[in-house]
Amino acid sequence: MKHLLAVEDLSREEMERILDRAESFAEVGRRDIKKVPTLRGRTIVNLFYEASTRTLSSFELAAKRLSADVVSVKSAGSSVDKGESLKDTVATLSAYDPAAIVIRSPHAGAAGLVAHWTDASVINAGDGKHEHPTQALLDVFTLRQRIGSLDGTNIWIVGDVMHSRVARSCLLAFRRMGATVTVCGPPTLIPRGVEALGAEVSYDLNGLTEADVVYALRMQRERMKESFVPSLREYASRYQIDSRRLGPRQLLMHPGPVNRGVELSPEVIDSPRSLITAQVESGLVVRMAILYELLTGTDRVEPKRGQAPADTPTVGQPA
Amino acid sequence: MNLSENGSGGGAGAPTLVSRPARPATLILRSARLLDPRKGLDASRDLVIREGSIAELSEPGGAPEIQGAEVVDAEGLLAVPAFVDPHVHFRVPGQEHKEDLETGTRSAAAGGYCAVIAMANTSPPIDSAAVLGSVRDRAEREASVPVGFIATVTREMAGEELTEMAELRDAGAIGFSDDGLPIANARVLRRALQYQRLAGGVIALHEEDPDLSGEGVMHEGEVSAALGMAAIPSVSESTMIARDCSLALYEEARIHIQHLSARASVEEIARAKAAGVQVTCEAAPHHLALTDEAIRSLDARFKMNPPLRSEDDRRALIDGLRDGTIDCVATDHAPHASEDKEVPFEEAAMGVTGLETAFAALHTDLVLPGVLPLELVVERMTCGGEPFGIAAPRIEPGAIANVALIDPELTWRVGEQGYESRSHNNCFGGRELTGRVLMTVAAGRVAFRQRSFAMGVAS
Repeated sequence: MKHLLAVEDLSREEMERILDRAESFAEVGRRDIKKVPTLRGRTIVNLFYEASTRTLSSFELAAKRLSADVVSVKSAGSSVDKGESLKDTVATLSAYDPAAIVIRSPHAGAAGLVAHWTDASVINAGDGKHEHPTQALLDVFTLRQRIGSLDGTNIWIVGDVMHSRVARSCLLAFRRMGATVTVCGPPTLIPRGVEALGAEVSYDLNGLTEADVVYALRMQRERMKESFVPSLREYASRYQIDSRRLGPRQLLMHPGPVNRGVELSPEVIDSPRSLITAQVESGLVVRMAILYELLTGTDRVEPKRGQAPADTPTVGQPA
Repeated sequence: MNLSENGSGGGAGAPTLVSRPARPATLILRSARLLDPRKGLDASRDLVIREGSIAELSEPGGAPEIQGAEVVDAEGLLAVPAFVDPHVHFRVPGQEHKEDLETGTRSAAAGGYCAVIAMANTSPPIDSAAVLGSVRDRAEREASVPVGFIATVTREMAGEELTEMAELRDAGAIGFSDDGLPIANARVLRRALQYQRLAGGVIALHEEDPDLSGEGVMHEGEVSAALGMAAIPSVSESTMIARDCSLALYEEARIHIQHLSARASVEEIARAKAAGVQVTCEAAPHHLALTDEAIRSLDARFKMNPPLRSEDDRRALIDGLRDGTIDCVATDHAPHASEDKEVPFEEAAMGVTGLETAFAALHTDLVLPGVLPLELVVERMTCGGEPFGIAAPRIEPGAIANVALIDPELTWRVGEQGYESRSHNNCFGGRELTGRVLMTVAAGRVAFRQRSFAMGVAS
């Protein structure tokens, strides 16, 4: 695998290979010395055109745990803000001969374009409202850790599906791993034609009891302005996941950051049914596994320009 | 200049089509398949063009040689009335780095066009007689194919105050349009329709409800749901068509609806025509040949407004073209520089070029699979000037020569040899198409010939 651009491109086998590897990295993470030399001497560029806390920090830390050199370029204060085009920025950064470029962009397809313009492996860390494949992989990983297989599970994705790249990637990933997926939210925030992605659609939470997993999405506070919902109050009254709606055997997930009291009530966030903190933990090991998969994979082309061959991996082999 | 003696542009003042002077052609196309659907002509003949006019149609091989005439062995080739495009963007004045009148008309000629109508959403827009005069002057120096210039309906295309439509008409405006933008305010459009009684000139309408389109960049449907992009619903177009047909009926005005894209729009037009509205409309090759599925590639070459829609919409457009609900084919040739297209899809400029591929695309995707007959496609590509008072060219003795010579079997890869247009944003780029224009005679002049296409000159 050269790039990770979209869940849509991934087979179940590829996803499982990455997740198996992530489990071995999780084992490394429990040691005192958490760093392995796998990517020593190689450079990873994080190119972030949108604010991000958890995705960026988790990619930075994942690269460092693999001993790579990391450069993070953020929109604020860079030439990106001086009107340089994406193409020119990528050409500039490619001059450092990075092994991978991790890109987050407010525009769908940006990662795919970057892949055309650079020799580096490209990882999509979110492109517009299109996909966020590493988030979906870490969510599948989190669920696998908790419940084993996703085959036959029933997952509800609740909230602003229309504006959520997480919803799209998770829907595709959960389905590919064998789950049944229902998307639920106000009719104004469910995109027309979403059934074609293989999801059931519900406009209310009446059927929520059938869900094994409830995946709540972030509800942006600006959505009232465009008449998507009349008020956050009405949204919360119909769609908030609270202890009354969430059953004792149902698991709760959320990609963060949470609007407490909007899409989730405070008590469910902190309840044992919540996997939200586990998701963040998974983010690190899954992103390590993705970097490993792309940068040391078997079909990788030979190193260029006299670059030293990558270290033979000493850890991280699946058991 | 007019395409034929009876093809009056209808203007009170200046003629509506302008091009640069050139030597009238004298040539013989030997044994071409002459196809003029409007005349019921489909036969192998020698087509003799003398001093820019069609002199005679003789039995194959029967036309005597003329001193100095170019002689073309056209056996196996198709000669049709050249095409007329009611909708192109030539970017003059203001964006000549995308296209100018020289490259734009060369692109038109390469596609077999003998006349085009250029939209007014330039920079500045063509909203005064002074700007109109300047572009006409340039066309008299640079245009190898006659160009008719649209003037805007409203000043600065702001949708608020009418332009001096009567003066613009006297100065040669072939019609009026704010194309690129809808006239959102119904009162403003109503005034323009009323004023048409004085100024004349059909009003061509880009139909889109800006509130429904919002920030949309593609058709609303399964593909936009999968890609997560803000979408333009088909009702954004059809509801405005319904509104404007009602206004045109009420004011007894003539309107032309541009670039239909949706089934609901075709249905609105059919209803309006049945109700007696004086309305004509056009559809573009990309809407007839492609759907929003192409956008799964996230390639910005598939971005235009109105957007590529669903297969069901495409089928409705084809049916509308077949039954005459849709009057003509228009390319909406919209050149953009590479830096406007080599960006993420949502950021990219809207618009595709299409003059050089219009016939080949329709021939490949609709004629060869048997969806539409060749005669119908040729007819709908030649009558694009009629809503604007430009009669369709004909192949008949005495007519000014407007002829496209086509190799219907030549397969070529679009863009492989570059483009005549200054811009390369063609949505068929990289595809193999079958059918290629080899030579175009426009207003009696040879406006284009394929470089590889050799011709003999009789001594």
